[in-house]
Amino acid sequence: MFGLEKKDLNLLIIVALLTMLAPFILNPFPTDSALAQFNAGYPDLMQRFVIYGIFAIGFNILFGLTGYLSFGHAAFLGVGSYSAVWMFKLLSMNVLPALVLSVIIAGAFSWLIGFISLRRTGIYFSILTLAFAQMSFALAYSVLTPITNGETGLQITLDDPRILGMSATADGSIPVTNIFGLEMRAATDLVIGPWSFTFSVGYYLCALVMLVAFYLSIRIFRSPFGMMLRAIKSNQTRMNYTGLNPKPYTLAAFVISGMYAGLAGGLLACMDPLAGAERMQWTASGEVVLMTILGGAGTLIGPVLGAGMIKYFENIFSKINEATLHSWFDVLPDPMENGLVWVLEHFVGAGWHLTLGVIFMLVVTFLPGGLVEGGQRIGRLFNRTKAAKDDESAATKPAE
Amino acid sequence: MGILEVKDVSKRFGGLKALSDVNLSVAQNTCHAIIGPNGAGKSTLLNCLVGKLIPDTGSVMFDGQSVLGRSPHEINQMGISRVFQTPEIFGDLSVFENMMIPLFARRDGAYRMHAYESVASEKELVSRALQMLEDVNMADKRHMHAASMSRGDKRRLEMAMCLIQEPKLLLLDEPTAGMARADTNNTIDLLRQIKDSRDITIAIIEHDMHVVFSLADRITVLAQGTPLVEDVPERIKGHPKVKEAYLGETAHA
Ligand SMILES: Nc1ncnc2c1ncn2[C@@H]1O[C@H](COP(=O)(O)OP(=O)(O)OP(=O)(O)O)[C@@H](O)[C@H]1O
Ligand SMILES: [Mg+2]
Repeated sequence: MFGLEKKDLNLLIIVALLTMLAPFILNPFPTDSALAQFNAGYPDLMQRFVIYGIFAIGFNILFGLTGYLSFGHAAFLGVGSYSAVWMFKLLSMNVLPALVLSVIIAGAFSWLIGFISLRRTGIYFSILTLAFAQMSFALAYSVLTPITNGETGLQITLDDPRILGMSATADGSIPVTNIFGLEMRAATDLVIGPWSFTFSVGYYLCALVMLVAFYLSIRIFRSPFGMMLRAIKSNQTRMNYTGLNPKPYTLAAFVISGMYAGLAGGLLACMDPLAGAERMQWTASGEVVLMTILGGAGTLIGPVLGAGMIKYFENIFSKINEATLHSWFDVLPDPMENGLVWVLEHFVGAGWHLTLGVIFMLVVTFLPGGLVEGGQRIGRLFNRTKAAKDDESAATKPAE
Repeated sequence: MGILEVKDVSKRFGGLKALSDVNLSVAQNTCHAIIGPNGAGKSTLLNCLVGKLIPDTGSVMFDGQSVLGRSPHEINQMGISRVFQTPEIFGDLSVFENMMIPLFARRDGAYRMHAYESVASEKELVSRALQMLEDVNMADKRHMHAASMSRGDKRRLEMAMCLIQEPKLLLLDEPTAGMARADTNNTIDLLRQIKDSRDITIAIIEHDMHVVFSLADRITVLAQGTPLVEDVPERIKGHPKVKEAYLGETAHA
């Protein structure tokens, strides 16, 4: 079905189920319990999970397959956001044209940057992309203020033309993003006993787009094009002497990943119609590298897992503060409590980067293949114990 | 006129004259062996044919066209495939995928991209790849990581990758080095059979004289960057200059 092998189809179905049921899965703790702060099932965060998932899926097509490590992909994310907001300002608040423009502009922009950066390989390629992204950031931050509104960021206002929509709603407020009238922020709550689950239009739109993006990435991975990209990573010499020109392939991979980034940037703007230069900063470029490596570069599902993990930590760990920690360790004798809190407080709140750093270090050291490799090892462990049991029963059977 | 015409090719590396005024003509549908002691410039000569090196002087014509100034993938698309002295294969890919890539390169050219239909859906190419793997006795290894194979297997794979492209000119740089005797004989049989069954010209560099005398129609002896003699195998065997070149080498070692 869908032109996929059984294994890939199963993966797609699992991912589809998980994303569709995410409002339940990510909210396992009752609303009033102490653990509720670990719930991630609110629209704003779930949207970021899938949007950054798209960003990482695209990045993985370049980095995971060809091995070209770009440190400038946040530039395309930012370009996507700016394009979408301009569409909201000029055309209408419908997200569809905004997303289309985001992808097109990011694609054109990444073609330009890729064309120049791909003249070099290895670390020089990475530095070139980083330099271009920082230039884009500087341009967005100051030089191109008429287009980007500088440090304030680009926002929609009451006097935007919106030729196919309206400048202001009947009651004089700024219209909201929608898809053919269905507002992105519209949501319904489902309360079951002490639990509460939120279903928002915005999240489900992002999730559907992510599923399509994921499906296309599976097709790319399994296609001759995907195989060529892996061949480039493996041996460019052999590639050349087999009659293939690696350049157009890498450039295509670069542009595709740039378009994915633009799509993600556009979606960010659809959920919250503003775009700022900080979205293009090098830290944002580095983040998608971390996501991909943490999840497992070159694997299908890895980048999505990595994106989810990092966004979860960013949002949940950064919210824990000293007071929360004190309340957790209340039962301990005071000196111990204070000591423990003193240590741990550096790893939460603003210090969540420290936790992330430790996790990243552990994963890269012990699981070079990322979370996916971790999953595979656990899977193999289970299989082995199962196989051992089967052996045992097989061995005992004749004796019976 | 041969299918390959090398005229007055010289190549210097700093002070070292790796090739000096090499002339070589390889007739169509023959097998031409290039032998000579280590460091004679044999690999350097091949490098000048496939676009890896540009000679300082001279010309290289293939099939009536100059190859100089063309990039390696263009030269391959003209019909020249090369097996390297140290195997160049796609180590991270499976053996089967290693066979598919040259097939796509031959069918689709240097950069046509098919990003939607799967590799497995290309039934015709898949069956050709599997057939070739049968021919080189590697069908059972098709799911293996190419990098995890033995050196001899890597060579056979690389040769199969070149053969499946059905090149007009096949360049082999010590294709049997590191192979077990049985595999060497299989390789000889395979090359003979290919030579007899289709239009292919082969230029082979080889230290194993058994391979050379089993395959070659003509032999060029290269020493210190210059061709000493060129003749049919029977007359090369006892040639005094050849003995001298090789004895010179053993004396050095
Ligand atoms: N890229 C290079 N830069 C500098 N010197 C080189 C280069 N390639 C080859 N040489 C030198 O040129 C000479 C000829 O080398 P070449 O590899 O052609 O020899 P060969 O006949 O293939 O020997 P072998 O039988 O050992 O493979 C050697 O002295 C070698 O060191
Ligand atoms: Mg050599």
